[in-house]
Order: sequence, then C-alpha cells, then structure tokens
Amino acid sequence: MKTTRVIDLVPHIVLIAGVLIFAYPIYVTLIGSTWDSGTIGRGGLPLWPGGQGAANYAQAWAGEAGDRAMYTPVRTMMLNSLVMALSIALGKIAISILSAYAVAFFRFPLRMAFFWLIFITLMLPVEVRIIPTYKVVADLGLINTYAGLAIPLIASATATLLFRQFFLTIPDELLEAAKIDGAGPVRFLIDVVLPLSRTNIAALFVILFIYGWNQYLWPLLVTSSGDMETIVTGITKMIGTGESANDWHIIMATTVLAMLPPVAVVVLMQRWFVKGLVDSEK
Amino acid sequence: MQRRVTFDNRLLPYLLLAPQVAVTLVFFIWPAAQAIWQSVHLQDAFGIRSEFVWFENFTHVLGDPNYLDTLKVTIVFSVAVTVLAMGVALLLAVLADSKIKGARAYKTLLIWPYALAPAVAAVLWMFIFNPDIGSFGRALRALGYDWDYRLNGGQALVMVIMAASWKQVSYNFIFFLAGLQAIPRSVIEAASIDGAGPVRRFWTITFPLLSPTTFFLLVVDMVYAFFETFGTIHALTQGGPGKATETLIFRVYQDGVVNNDLGGSSAQSVILMVIVIALTAVQFRFVERKVHYA
Repeated sequence: MKTTRVIDLVPHIVLIAGVLIFAYPIYVTLIGSTWDSGTIGRGGLPLWPGGQGAANYAQAWAGEAGDRAMYTPVRTMMLNSLVMALSIALGKIAISILSAYAVAFFRFPLRMAFFWLIFITLMLPVEVRIIPTYKVVADLGLINTYAGLAIPLIASATATLLFRQFFLTIPDELLEAAKIDGAGPVRFLIDVVLPLSRTNIAALFVILFIYGWNQYLWPLLVTSSGDMETIVTGITKMIGTGESANDWHIIMATTVLAMLPPVAVVVLMQRWFVKGLVDSEK
Repeated sequence: MQRRVTFDNRLLPYLLLAPQVAVTLVFFIWPAAQAIWQSVHLQDAFGIRSEFVWFENFTHVLGDPNYLDTLKVTIVFSVAVTVLAMGVALLLAVLADSKIKGARAYKTLLIWPYALAPAVAAVLWMFIFNPDIGSFGRALRALGYDWDYRLNGGQALVMVIMAASWKQVSYNFIFFLAGLQAIPRSVIEAASIDGAGPVRRFWTITFPLLSPTTFFLLVVDMVYAFFETFGTIHALTQGGPGKATETLIFRVYQDGVVNNDLGGSSAQSVILMVIVIALTAVQFRFVERKVHYA
C-alpha cells in the first residue's frame, strides 16, 4: 500500500546536502593531512588518503622543521590551549557559583549594586576594550603567561545569572531545615547546593570549554613567544599569506588536531551541550 | 527577586563576591573607563602628555570616509551572515523536525560545526577555495572564472561571508529545532484537518509561533557577525584586499594594535560599546517578552 513518492525524498536530499556541505571541508582536511606538501601545493589533492599520515602527524606534533619553516610543536600549542580552555571554563564556573550564591542566599547592603556591576560585563566584550585591557595585563606583568590568557576572560555575567536563576528555585524549606540542623552557609553550599547544581555545571562546562578553546583575538594579543602560542592562533600564523608554497601537510594535520578536542566534546556530550547552550541563552 | 529565607552573615557575601568583582573591576570596568577617557583626549607621540579635546577623536573617526566604508562593509557583512545563517538553519531545522527517518542522525551531523573556532572555519574554507590549492578554487579558474579572493575585493567579501555563515548555521539550527519542538502538534494537526497544505501551515502557524526564537537569533547573529568574526577575517583576508573585508572590529584592532593610534582606536571602541549596549538592550526587552510568551 505504502509507496515512496519522489516528493518524500526531497527532505532527505536537502538534509544530506546540508550534511555534506558541513562535512566536505573536514574531509578534505583529513585527506590533506595524509599527503605530502607538494601534492597539496600543486592543487592535485586526491579524494582518497595518502601514505604520509603518520609522518605528518608526528612531524606536526613534535614541531620538527617543515620543508620551509620551523613551527611551534603542536603538543606545546595543544597544552597551552588546554590550560587556557580549562582555566577559563573552571574559573568562570567557580567565581560565578560563588557570586550567584552570595546574591541569591544573602541579604546585604549594596547587593543589587554588585549584581548590576556583574551584569554590565555583558556589554563589554573583549573586542571593544582591546587596548586598555591589554595595557592592564601588561602592567601586571601577565603577558605571555597562562594567567594573562585566562583571568581577564573569566568574569561571567551569563554564568552568574544562570546559577542565580537556578539557586532561586531551591526551596526555602531546604534552607530552613539546614539551618535547624545547624549547617552554616559554607556547609550548605558544599553539601546541598553544589550537588544539586551538578547537571547545570556539566552543561555549562561543555559550552565554556569550547568558548575557551576557540579564543582568538585575546591570545593573539597577549602571547608573543612561540612557547605560549595557542593552537587556533598558531594555525593562522603557519599559513601566513596563504601562498601555494607552504607546509600544507603540517598545517592540515595541525588543523585536524585543533578541531579534535572541541568537536569530541560536542559529539560525546551532546545532551549536556544542547542543554548548556539553550540554558545559557535564557 | 529575593528569597524569603536567607543566611544572615555580614562579611561572607562580600568575600564570595570578591573574585568576580575584582576581575570585573580590573579587566572590564577600568579598561572601559580608560577607553572612554582616551576617546576624549589626544596623546603626544611619546604618550607622556595628553590634552582634553572634547569629541575631536569622534568627529575625526566619523568624518573619515574610510571609516564609513568600513561601516558599510560591516553592515553588508552582518546582514548577509545573519540572513544566510538563519535561512539555511531554518530550512534544515524544519526538515529535521518533520517525521523523517534518521532525524537524530541528521541532528548530530548538523550540530558539531558549533565546536569549530571562527578562525578554523575560515582555514577550512581556504583549503577548498584557495585558487592555488583548493579544489573549488581551481575548478572555478578552470571554468574560466577569474577567481582569486586575495586580489578581488568582492570575492574576498563573499568568502568571509560564506565562512562566517557556515560556522553559525549549527547554532541557529539547534535553537530553531528547540523552538519547533515546543510548538504543540495539535495546532498543526488542526490546520492540517482544515485542509492547509505544508507550505501554508508553515507560514500561517509555524513561522509566527517561532518568532521569539527568530528574533532572539537575529540579535545573537548580529552580535556574532560584529564581534566574533574577527578570527574569520584575520585568518582569511586580514581585512583586505585593500579594505574590502575590513569590519569595525577589525579596524579597531588594526588602528590600535598595528598602527598604535590610541585616541582614534578608543573612540571606535566607544562607538562599538554603544552598539553592544543597544543590541543587549534589544535582546533583554525581547527576553521579557519571551517570559510572557512561555
């Protein structure tokens, strides 16, 4: 009785086309990372893998000189990116939980003033205060340090608002019971609030890790030495002006390695990722 | 909003707020204040003396035909990125939301580009459209089309628009899909029974009910196109050729970091702050509406 009409196939065709548009550049990069720079530079990259993969990745990872230039080893850049991403994600979560806890569970003078102070940071993305922020970091002697990479980015109005919102849903009865049992605010935070916030923390962590890993303008400004290079800025420095005579095989292998951690996080933690994304925009 | 029951501790709340407030003051408020201060001062070449010049820096910036060109590029770029990213995402979301086999697989295969940095997305596009090494770039040339975005300003603008939208589709897709799934099936089925076809159902029911999501994404995509695409442009074209792909944010960087023009760059920063504040205000007005809507 049921026959497949051509019109029923249209959504599939469009969706598959969409999937291919997103997958094709990745596929090309994967393939490119297994050929030699000459093949890529001549524009003769085939659609199937070559035999240079292991050598290319080893070369990129260790930072051995390419045919044309020396690069910061990918292992150094990956480590820098990892430290930066983790510091930003965990730092943002930690200081946002503390400040949201203060705003939600205490009554004290200037409470709303502090709340607005934190809120204002929403309107001051790093891009609009580049030079003065750079100057502050330079004056503090934090250029080319992990602290300089991460700390200026860890203030977070979004995360604070999110946690505050969630803390306000914790029933008063729970708080009263804890008080009767003689639990102080610190005890209550550690034993009740943090365990209740687990899913929120996990969801937010996924989003913030990607945010941290993908930072571009800020690392470009505050790192000048090769051993503090992060991988995303490192790639564009390797490419330079994009002439055909480049160590394309190393660049493509580096690009694949740069994409791996954030893509793995999204694919493996898809549920939390979608929750975190939708929550943090409320 | 405040809870009925609270802890009564005098010092502790301030200690809890201290880290967040310290970071905010040192790295946000102070630099922003500096930018505003610098925007109304003129510094000598050694940065020793500075003179209060009222709005001279602003009139200088706004009177510069180059700046107005940059503004034009920014508007074309932002509108194109927003329309493309939202249009494609809405189409894919509507299809993935319909009762279709493999909807979950499509979803997974469409959301992961969110994880890519704008600069990495730009690099991937370069691998394909570079006139020397990219397959499409070479194909275009082989067809006799004079394709080289490194020399042709219009092509460069198309390149950065495509790379920036490509990366943003997944984000919009996630939100459109969530928005679609929140629309009650019964409404759509009722229209179906009344004899409305799929296209008519979409425009008279789905699209209006989706408007809070659409409006929200409109603001988010504008902010993305304005600020976060710095990496796309820096990696792909460096604002060139000429100034064909120079957006406002790229210019602040160029004037402040590369050309070391403090007053002009600060005035531009202040102009950008006004734009962000306006966009944020619009967004929050909308959030209020969404609360009523829900």
